[in-house]
Amino acid sequence: MARFLLRRLLFALFLIVAVSSCALLLTRLAPGDLTAELGPRARAVDIARTRERFDLDQSPLSQLGGWAVRAVRFDFGDSFLYDRPVGGLIRRAAGNTAVLAAAALILATLVGIPLGIFTGSRAGTLASFVRGASLVFLSVPPLLTSLVLVFLASRTGWLPSGGMTSAQAIDAGWGAWIVDVAKHLPLPALALALPLAATFERLQAQAISETIHQPFIAAAVARGVAWRRLLLDHAWRASLRSMCAIYGLAIGALLSGSFVVEYVTAWPGLGRLMYEALRARDIYLVAGCAAMGAVFVAVGSVVADLLLFAADPRVREGA
Amino acid sequence: MKTAGRTLLLVVLIVAAAGPWLAPNPPNRQFDAYLYAPPTHLHGTYFYPLRVINRLERRFEEDRSRPVRVRWFGRRLVSSADGREPLLLLGADAYGRDIFSRLLYGTRASLGVAILATLITLIIGAVIGGVAGFAGGTVDELLSRFSDFILVLPAIYVVLALRAVMPLVLPAAEVFALLVSIFALAGWPVVARGVRGIVASERERDYVAAGRAAGAGPVRLLTVHVMPAARGYLATQATLLLPAFILAEATLSYVGLGFPSSVPTWGTMLYDASNVALVGDAPWMLAPAAAIFVVVLAVNLVVQGSGRSPVQFQK
Repeated sequence: MARFLLRRLLFALFLIVAVSSCALLLTRLAPGDLTAELGPRARAVDIARTRERFDLDQSPLSQLGGWAVRAVRFDFGDSFLYDRPVGGLIRRAAGNTAVLAAAALILATLVGIPLGIFTGSRAGTLASFVRGASLVFLSVPPLLTSLVLVFLASRTGWLPSGGMTSAQAIDAGWGAWIVDVAKHLPLPALALALPLAATFERLQAQAISETIHQPFIAAAVARGVAWRRLLLDHAWRASLRSMCAIYGLAIGALLSGSFVVEYVTAWPGLGRLMYEALRARDIYLVAGCAAMGAVFVAVGSVVADLLLFAADPRVREGA
Repeated sequence: MKTAGRTLLLVVLIVAAAGPWLAPNPPNRQFDAYLYAPPTHLHGTYFYPLRVINRLERRFEEDRSRPVRVRWFGRRLVSSADGREPLLLLGADAYGRDIFSRLLYGTRASLGVAILATLITLIIGAVIGGVAGFAGGTVDELLSRFSDFILVLPAIYVVLALRAVMPLVLPAAEVFALLVSIFALAGWPVVARGVRGIVASERERDYVAAGRAAGAGPVRLLTVHVMPAARGYLATQATLLLPAFILAEATLSYVGLGFPSSVPTWGTMLYDASNVALVGDAPWMLAPAAAIFVVVLAVNLVVQGSGRSPVQFQK
């Protein structure tokens, strides 16, 4: 177990270092730099000073080296766009993305898994209806769900159509702020969760219907185990193994999806920040966002491994 | 189910091919009196032109006093007989351009990018995966590690980063080539990993040993004998890649990193529709979203109908 965890942690570290270095070098080697943001009439002195402040006067490799040395001490450089240290900006944005992704993941799990157990184990009109609905939602990726939901919201006025907070709620104290965020959250969370719930439903149905045809289920039926217990304690437990692997991949889908959803619904998360940073060639902000994204991916894959560990005794004994 | 999906796909392909004839108007012609106009109702052989009531509130009214004749099956399937009053089946956008015609032309660009990128991705993936699986050893190790690394990353960020580090404003033809190459770069590792697995297990089979004994070189063995085993896998991958690439184009164009807005594609049209306040009153601007939905649904129907699942466990 300890060796296994150590290996995963080393991989996570490698991922974070590799992704952020690649992002930094890519941004550095791209045509144009952040001084373009100063405008066409910026004075040569200002341009030179800005280039010096963001180490653009050094060679790409020595810039990377300097950044890495400072990053180890948790100094990730300054953002040019926001004129602030990158660390704080990223922490806020990552928190927002995590809230959104967690809400979507919980929603998708609560909807998708039970429905999948249902459609995977039963035939009938209702089950075919659910199957059909999930095929439809599989075909509406987050870009479409968020656009349609924003359209519905602006048409009906039931939910705020964008942003994370209203202007009034920012200074109204903690309680009011949380209520306000809770009002803004359902739309982006739903946009992100709908396609994911459909994915979970399909996979769970597939896994259950495969398990149900295994000999050990027939044996349990012969012993007289009740259908409900058979389904939940025997079939579903055995299907968990394949589902755990899905949760590791879901983190990728959540991050990809959340970029689009954040962009469409103006949710101030990591995806939006990364996009702004990339466009402006805000080099240290790009590197910071990439590092944070890699942290998310690494945490996701470690969590998926731990889940697998808990769900499958064979893995536990093998390690 | 499979038939329904195939029929839908065929219809979309025909629309893409016959777009210029099916479209009532040229895609970039601006009708200045028709900014944000709602759809025109076609009454068989004539329609009533729209008249602006309030430009600020974007309110229009049908001018019942002077019906305009339409010409069927002329140089276009159906178009306004007089050149000035346009037939706008899905309304007009912010520049007074015909949304329906742009949608038809957009099908060509959006599908073109996606189909070409899918083909190139499959070829690159098959070559790299095939070489890795057949050669084994260090080559295999290096290629597999590299593709695993790319696979861990959320694909849209790879695409976004690769696109964003290129010059932001480019002519349409260059954008087309750039998007196709970026999609292929981000997509090949998935294909390569699957092909590698298949080739590595096929390599051990007797027919390969027989082929080698008969004097076939590694290239011939791989391309003529082993690769056909991966055909089914490649077909499956195509059905996953095509919708993903259509969506990637739409996403990039939507955030302003794809085609310039003068080129009609589903993504640039969604970008035009991104003004929230406006879309509330003009749902027809979401037509490209419906088009994307139709294509993705059609592909999913074909996949589901042939007994596979549109979503798959990945090992």
